[in-house]
Amino acid sequence: MQQRGTGQAQAPAAKEATAADQAPVADQGGSAAIDVAHLVKVYKTTRAVDDISFSIARGSITGLLGGNGAGKTTTIAMIMGLVLPTSGSVEVLGAKIPEQRYDVLGRMNFESPYVDMPMRLTVRQNLTIFGRLYAVKHLRERIDQLAADLDLKEFLDRSNGKLSAGQKTRVALAKALINEPDLLLLDEPTASLDPDTADWVRQHLETYRKTHNATILLASHNMLEVERLCDRVIIMKRGKIEDDDSPEGIMARYNRDTLEEVFLDVARGRVREETP
Amino acid sequence: MSEIVSHQPRGISLQRINAMVLRYWYLLISSWPRLLELIYWPALQIITWGFLQNYISQASGFFAKAGGTLIGAVILWDILFRGQLGFSISFLEEMWARNLGNLMMSPLKPIEFLLSLMIMSLIRLAIGVIPMTLLALFFFGFNFYAIGLPLIAFFCNLIFTSWSVGVFASGLVLRNGLGAESIVWTLMFAVMPLACIYYPVEVLPVWLQYVAWTLPPTYVFEGMRSLLIDHVFRADLMAWALVINAILFTASFAVFLALLQSAKRNGSLLAGGE
Repeated sequence: MQQRGTGQAQAPAAKEATAADQAPVADQGGSAAIDVAHLVKVYKTTRAVDDISFSIARGSITGLLGGNGAGKTTTIAMIMGLVLPTSGSVEVLGAKIPEQRYDVLGRMNFESPYVDMPMRLTVRQNLTIFGRLYAVKHLRERIDQLAADLDLKEFLDRSNGKLSAGQKTRVALAKALINEPDLLLLDEPTASLDPDTADWVRQHLETYRKTHNATILLASHNMLEVERLCDRVIIMKRGKIEDDDSPEGIMARYNRDTLEEVFLDVARGRVREETP
Repeated sequence: MSEIVSHQPRGISLQRINAMVLRYWYLLISSWPRLLELIYWPALQIITWGFLQNYISQASGFFAKAGGTLIGAVILWDILFRGQLGFSISFLEEMWARNLGNLMMSPLKPIEFLLSLMIMSLIRLAIGVIPMTLLALFFFGFNFYAIGLPLIAFFCNLIFTSWSVGVFASGLVLRNGLGAESIVWTLMFAVMPLACIYYPVEVLPVWLQYVAWTLPPTYVFEGMRSLLIDHVFRADLMAWALVINAILFTASFAVFLALLQSAKRNGSLLAGGE
C-alpha cells in the first residue's frame, strides 16, 4: 500500500514546515509541530522504521496505531531524539532533531511505559525535581495546581513506589504536564489502567489540548481511545505507514464501523478493496 | 514558549545541576541503610588496616619509622575507590529506577548530568571518609589532616581519576545496559596493583613500572610515602599526575559522549535493561 503520510491528511500549516530550514533555531510559530521526512531506522538487519513521512499540525491530536513491532515507539523515540535515525529528517517545533533538540526540549514532554518515576522519592519530590529541570516558575503553586487537576493531593507526600498503577499513571501525566508543553508525546498513556481511570486520563488530555492549544502525538493499542481522542490516525505496519486519515475517513474507506475492525484488517493483511 | 517556564541560558544551567543533586540527596536521605553503608565499609577498612599497622610497627623498624603510611594509604585508596563508586552508583540509580529516558528527554544536558554526579560523589565521599579519618585519629592517633596542604594535591588528583573512571564506566553501562553493571564495581580494582598503594613502584618488574607511571594514583601514593617517610613533598609528582589526569578526564568525557551517541543509534536509552 502506498504511503500517504505527506498526502491528503497533512494540515495546511504543515506545508510551511520548510520555512524552518532557513531559521534553524527560532520557532516560526506557524510551521508544523512535527515534520518527519523519509525517516528510516535500521537495527542491524531489521528495518524498524522504513521510509515514513508525515507532518502534524499544531493543536491537533494524532494517534499512531499499529501492532507490536510496527515501529511506533521507535518513531516517537526518533522524534524525541532518543534514537538516532539511520536516514531521513525530523523537525519538532521548528528545530532539527537531534541537532537542535535542546532548543525545544523545554517545550516538549513525554510519558512512556518504558520509563518510570523514581520509586523511593515522593510524588512531590519527583515533581519538584522535574519542575526544576524544566525551569518551571512558581513551582510550588504549579505542583499544587497539578495535584488538584489530576487528583494527586492525598498522596503527594507518598513515595512513588507505594502508589497503584492508576495513581502512578496520573503522576507520570503530572510530570509530562509540569512545563505546560506545547508538544506532548505519549506512548500507551492508558495501558494497564482500569476503564474508569483510562477514561479520566483521556478526558484530561482532551481538556489540556483545548485549553493550551497543545499538540499531542500518542501511540496506542486502544482503538476506542484513538477514536475518541484523535483528529487523525496514522496506521503503521512493519515500519511503514499503511494509512493516514481522520478516524472517520479511515473507517469509511475500509467500510468498517470501528477502528478496531480496521486495525484487524490491516494487521491480517486484508486490504481495503477486499474488505466487505 | 509556555509562560510558566523561565528563560534558560544556552550553556550549562546551575539550576538543572542543583535539581539533579537534590534528586540524589532525596534518595540518600530516604534510606538509612544507604547512609549506613556509606560509613560502614570505610570504617571497617580503617579499623582492620589500622590494627595491622599497629602490629607490624611493633615488629618492624621500618614501619615504626614510617608511621601511618599504611593507614594513610588506606584512606587515600578509599578516596579513589569511593569517589568512583559515589559517582557511578548515582548513575546506576537512574538505570535501576528506569528514569534515564525521563532525564534524557528533559532539558538536562549530558555535561550537567555528569557534573551533578561529580558533586554527588563528593557528598557521598564526605559521608564515608570523614568518619573514617576520625576513627584513624581516635583509635590509632593518625591525624590525616596533619598532612596539610599536600593533602589538597593528593585529594584533587585522586578525585579526578575516580571521576574519569566513573564517567567511563557509566558510559559503558549506558551503552550496554545493566548487563555491564559489574564493570562499575570492579574496574577500579584493575588499577589497584599498579597504583602501588601499599608498596613503592620499585617493587614492580621494570616493564610494569612504565605502565604504573601512566596512572595518576601511582604518583599520589609515591608522593604520600615521600611525605610520610622522608618528610618531602614531591610537587613534581603531583604536577605529572595532574597532567595525566587532564588527559584521562578529557578522554573519559569524549568516550562517554561517543557511547551516548552509540546508545542512541542502538536504541538502548529507552530499554536500559540487560
